[in-house]
Amino acid sequence: MSFLEKIYLPAILQGMAITFSHLFRKKTTVKYPEVKREFSEIYRGKHVLKRDDEGRERCTACGLCAVACPAEAITMVAEERKPGEEHLYREERYARIYEIDMLRCIFCGMCEEACPKEAIFLTKELVPSEYQRDLLIFGKDILLEPYDPNKRIDISKRQTPEVLEFKKDQKHKHNK
Amino acid sequence: MIYKFILASLILIISLVVAMYSTLIERKMAGFFQDRLGPSRAGPWGLLQPLADGIKLFFKEEFMPHSADRFLYILGPSLTMLIALLTSAVIPWGPNILIDGTEYPLQVADINIGILYVFAVVSIGVYGIMIGGWASNNKYALLGAVRASSQMISYELAMSLSIIAVVMMSGSLSMKEIVAQQQGINWNIWYQPLGFLIFLICAFAETNRSPFDLPECETELVGGYHTEYSSMKLGFYLFAEYINMFISGAVIATLFFGGYHFPFIDQLGLSQNAMAILGFLVLFLKITFFGFLFMWIRWTLPRFRYDQLMGMGWKKLIPLAILNVLVTGVVILLNQ
Repeated sequence: MSFLEKIYLPAILQGMAITFSHLFRKKTTVKYPEVKREFSEIYRGKHVLKRDDEGRERCTACGLCAVACPAEAITMVAEERKPGEEHLYREERYARIYEIDMLRCIFCGMCEEACPKEAIFLTKELVPSEYQRDLLIFGKDILLEPYDPNKRIDISKRQTPEVLEFKKDQKHKHNK
Repeated sequence: MIYKFILASLILIISLVVAMYSTLIERKMAGFFQDRLGPSRAGPWGLLQPLADGIKLFFKEEFMPHSADRFLYILGPSLTMLIALLTSAVIPWGPNILIDGTEYPLQVADINIGILYVFAVVSIGVYGIMIGGWASNNKYALLGAVRASSQMISYELAMSLSIIAVVMMSGSLSMKEIVAQQQGINWNIWYQPLGFLIFLICAFAETNRSPFDLPECETELVGGYHTEYSSMKLGFYLFAEYINMFISGAVIATLFFGGYHFPFIDQLGLSQNAMAILGFLVLFLKITFFGFLFMWIRWTLPRFRYDQLMGMGWKKLIPLAILNVLVTGVVILLNQ
């Protein structure tokens, strides 16, 4: 090493110049509650259980999402549709209990991919943080989309042509 | 007498407030250097953050280890705080001010051995850390304290040697005298660049600031000498570090950067009191710059290894300081 390298001072000054230049750079901080980061249109956030056009639950409690889930976050209890409940559930079977443990969920979207009924989708909404674990096991009361047609959650962005093509097969088989 | 009391209280308050806000500035700077914003929630630009930190420290549980030596455990942080505040007494904060025709110096004590006093007080500082580390009865605390004391003792030597050259030049140990000789831009830094560099490096080591923050070295020693401390006792240790920073900035500015002097000081034609205030502000500006330098270095350089630290202190800085003394002596002799 030369003398200048040995006394380290030029190197130190160089380093200080670099850090000094960072003082005036644009800060990367996003002040979260006031400013929200721009989300992708197909962001994978909190799930929604879709209703069909008549407001009936699409889910038929087949359990394919639970099987597909790599984090084993989904549990459900199936129930048979009683006569007179046709306006509530589209299929003959429905999920009486449908729970996603948001602490386990990794938001991979495999449940959405597996669903043959187009019933579960991931949305742009974020899962809030809580102080108690119990509060993060989301049941149907949170996941199911509102009945009011004006308050439906738009998931059309997630149904890209590729996705629809992928699901076409399943549609014909089950979704009559 | 009353004047001295008021001045001393004023300096105490100023150094406490400055230390309080340097914690905020440190965190802000850390943020800026890393392209973040730093604390910004408490008050506008996070201005109430130090207050919030202080309140938090006061209300934290006061924990004392079962096997700790109670008296020494409390003595440690108290001593550190006391010593950090003591040094400010001999620093000339500005030119004399004129009240009712009498001149009052902006200096609590103009003792003729000012520099010696500073070094004497600073070297007691090691006791605060050593006692705290020993009394905690914890291996990390003890190791941190041992590191701190050996580091501070080693670097004190080079520090004193670098000052000897300045004292030789000015022929006085009084801080006021040394400042008075640095009229205008006739600062000691132009005559003692090497001495300044050595003094600066040693100041970093003496205040236990990065890159010499081995005593608290969180990656190896948990928290170093204050591992077992909590609540306001911990607050005192952390606070004392910032007061030390402020004071060492003041000492550097006084010894090497002309204290309250600035170029064209006597061509402005201001009254004496205006000059005193301006002088104080200029000194404060210089101290602020050194405070910034301390932070700037901290967020630039990684920590030294312990053998590197000792090697630098004993094998590089002390010989260089002795060389500096010799060269200064020869030049003074030749100029006579």
